[in-house]
Amino acid sequence: MGVKKTDIVLLDDKGIRCDGRQIDEPRRIMIKAGVLKNANGSAYIEFGENKILAGVFGPRDVHPKHLANTDRGILRCRYHMQPFSVGERKNPAPSRREIEISKVIKEALEPAVMLENFPRTVVDVFIEILQADGGSRCAALDAAAVALADAGIPMRDMVSACAAGKVADTIVLDINNEEDQEGQADMPVAYMPNIGKVTLIQLDGVLTPQEYEKCVNTAISGCKLVYEVQKKALRDKFFGDDAQ
Amino acid sequence: MNVTIIDQLKKKKILSLLQDGQRVDGRALDESRPLVIDTGVIPKAEGSARIRLGDTEVVTGVKIQPDKPFPDLGDRGIFICTAEILPLADPSVEPGPPGEDVIELARVVDRGIRESGMIDLTKLVLQKDKSVVGLFVDNSVTDYDGNLFDACSYASVASLLSCKIPKWEMKDDAPTLVPETFTEPPVTTIPVSVTMGRIGDNIIIDPNADEWGCMDARITITTNSDGNICAIQKGGQDGFTFEQLVKCSQLSISTGAKIREILKEAGRK
Repeated sequence: MGVKKTDIVLLDDKGIRCDGRQIDEPRRIMIKAGVLKNANGSAYIEFGENKILAGVFGPRDVHPKHLANTDRGILRCRYHMQPFSVGERKNPAPSRREIEISKVIKEALEPAVMLENFPRTVVDVFIEILQADGGSRCAALDAAAVALADAGIPMRDMVSACAAGKVADTIVLDINNEEDQEGQADMPVAYMPNIGKVTLIQLDGVLTPQEYEKCVNTAISGCKLVYEVQKKALRDKFFGDDAQ
Repeated sequence: MNVTIIDQLKKKKILSLLQDGQRVDGRALDESRPLVIDTGVIPKAEGSARIRLGDTEVVTGVKIQPDKPFPDLGDRGIFICTAEILPLADPSVEPGPPGEDVIELARVVDRGIRESGMIDLTKLVLQKDKSVVGLFVDNSVTDYDGNLFDACSYASVASLLSCKIPKWEMKDDAPTLVPETFTEPPVTTIPVSVTMGRIGDNIIIDPNADEWGCMDARITITTNSDGNICAIQKGGQDGFTFEQLVKCSQLSISTGAKIREILKEAGRK
């Protein structure tokens, strides 16, 4: 994080990005559902160089008890980076950045989970970043949503996340670490693909109103690509060759 | 967490009023509360402001002092913005380490100002990689009536606009204060954050505490002096459609332009 590379060409004259991708091409995405024995649901994702594990417990009793809600269940989420997940060792204690990301991920998943069916209970989502690359909050959300579905928790829709951004004055899909550091804007978006609602949107960097609309649209198109990968992960788990 | 009968009645009232296009305090849907700004209220701080946004009140001070730069950013000054909700601001607030809401508040206020490039940090270097000027903006919420994002953002921007930067010179590798010499802050643009709530299909600007309690989702969009968007944060338990996001961006630009004039005026005082 934060190491400045000099003279990196973010977008060459043929419209190819620093890692060889087209402007509307996401990085390689691989998701596997049901990777943990003890968790009620789990998923592992590789999204570019991101390697992330998500585990879900619940609905279960709430501890401490005073957090319980009599009308509906509650969702808790912890996004946590391993000390070895980044270039320079990260202090394992949760940073302010991780606390904020945990909160926005929770709020991105909440609209999809039918918590009203489970009053007085909690659904816990634990996300461990084993290796971080640009866009880890989106990849983490993608894995967490698959883990929730894997746990069999009733959901209105899948939640699919992908970032878009502005690099060398061009709106591009799924920005990587270098583009995040050197680029002009980064916009992570999470989207419920069937309901058509954006459940997470953040932005760092300057966009004109036209670029903003294009950026949201580009990110949503990326979310739809991720959605297909998420569906495949669940299909492989429950209907694949080695399904139990 | 647990909703009281009063909360449920309030929510019912707010929803039924919104069906007729009305708000609980009589405002139009796209109307923010009156913003009153006093700058220079804390003379010992290099910049300060006390602002009221409706009944939400924030006191903000800017302290300016030499510091070591971040290792990878030796050619930039330091800008850090924090926020705290004081225990006297609301009966539900307890002293102690900040919760996730307060951490998010501080980070969103910081991000809006930082990403807009309001302060040209390259102008705050005393000696590259060795010593730079740090601007530390601390927001304290003293009275709570919803929408702390915008209140803290306006208070931060107003105190930055009105601050005076002392002068330091490098002598024997250490920054030494040049007494009685001040410069204006290197301001490039004025960021304005506008927070909107969605209740049902209605988008309301600058929700007060009652409205804050029954929003489906909220979004904070910060725009700069050129009318471009420089930071966004969505929050709350539900989402926005694409059309609603576009509407929010338009509202943030038009409302932002009006509030920017108030901030400019306050900065001149």
